[in-house]
Amino acid sequence: MSTAAFTVIAILTLAGALAAASLPKLIHAALCLVIAFVGIAAFFFLLGAEFVGLVQVFVYVGAVAVLIVFTILLTRRADEKTGGFNWGGVVIAIAVFAGLIWAILQTPSLSLPAPLIEALTVKRIGEVLMTDYIWPLQCVGLLLTAALIGGLILVMEEKP
Amino acid sequence: MSPTLSLFLIISAALFSIGLLAALSRRHAIFILIGIELMLAAANLNFIAFWRFGPQPQSPTGVMVAIFSIAIAAAEAAVGLALVIAVYRHYRTTSVDKLDQLKG
Repeated sequence: MSTAAFTVIAILTLAGALAAASLPKLIHAALCLVIAFVGIAAFFFLLGAEFVGLVQVFVYVGAVAVLIVFTILLTRRADEKTGGFNWGGVVIAIAVFAGLIWAILQTPSLSLPAPLIEALTVKRIGEVLMTDYIWPLQCVGLLLTAALIGGLILVMEEKP
Repeated sequence: MSPTLSLFLIISAALFSIGLLAALSRRHAIFILIGIELMLAAANLNFIAFWRFGPQPQSPTGVMVAIFSIAIAAAEAAVGLALVIAVYRHYRTTSVDKLDQLKG
């Protein structure tokens, strides 16, 4: 884990997230969200969780971001303003950030170096997924099916 | 010197706060969903960082939690965006301030 790579990825991710939260145009915000997601995937690679990084790219960049862009294009109107900014949210977000930073800096055991490990292979993840985590896997499958059906029913054309 | 756990936690806290900012202060439904996605991604980053720096990085528990969390976040995004489209069909708007029919 090199500090230079960490710094570059951190700046990229935070800039993308900040742009996604504050840009006035929706489509620009969605594209900046993609940058933030790629940065988070790079963090996963840096931390040695390559499989999660790949899943992050596939699911978030490949599916969720495209879904958001589709929704923006389906619900766009020329005369509608996307503006409107509530400054109370800024105060709350800064307060939450300060509280979290205070808690992190108060904890002394967080500055330990990372232990050396052998890489977690996809084969091992697949084995564990099929043995120890078989019930969570089935539940997630059920949840995804329910979400698929629910999403379809929500956007179905209503009969008059 | 390589980055420590607290650096990752600080980045994650910043991402969470940015997501909270987007969810609380924007008045457009899709912006609120973007904020929620950012907060979920920050939580995933926390899971992976604690797994990597924790006492047992050999066991893949943290990775499993992150994978399931990503799957659930995808389902949440799909249903949330379907709701946005359904609301848009009825009211021709996606601003959450104009959806005040239940207001007393």
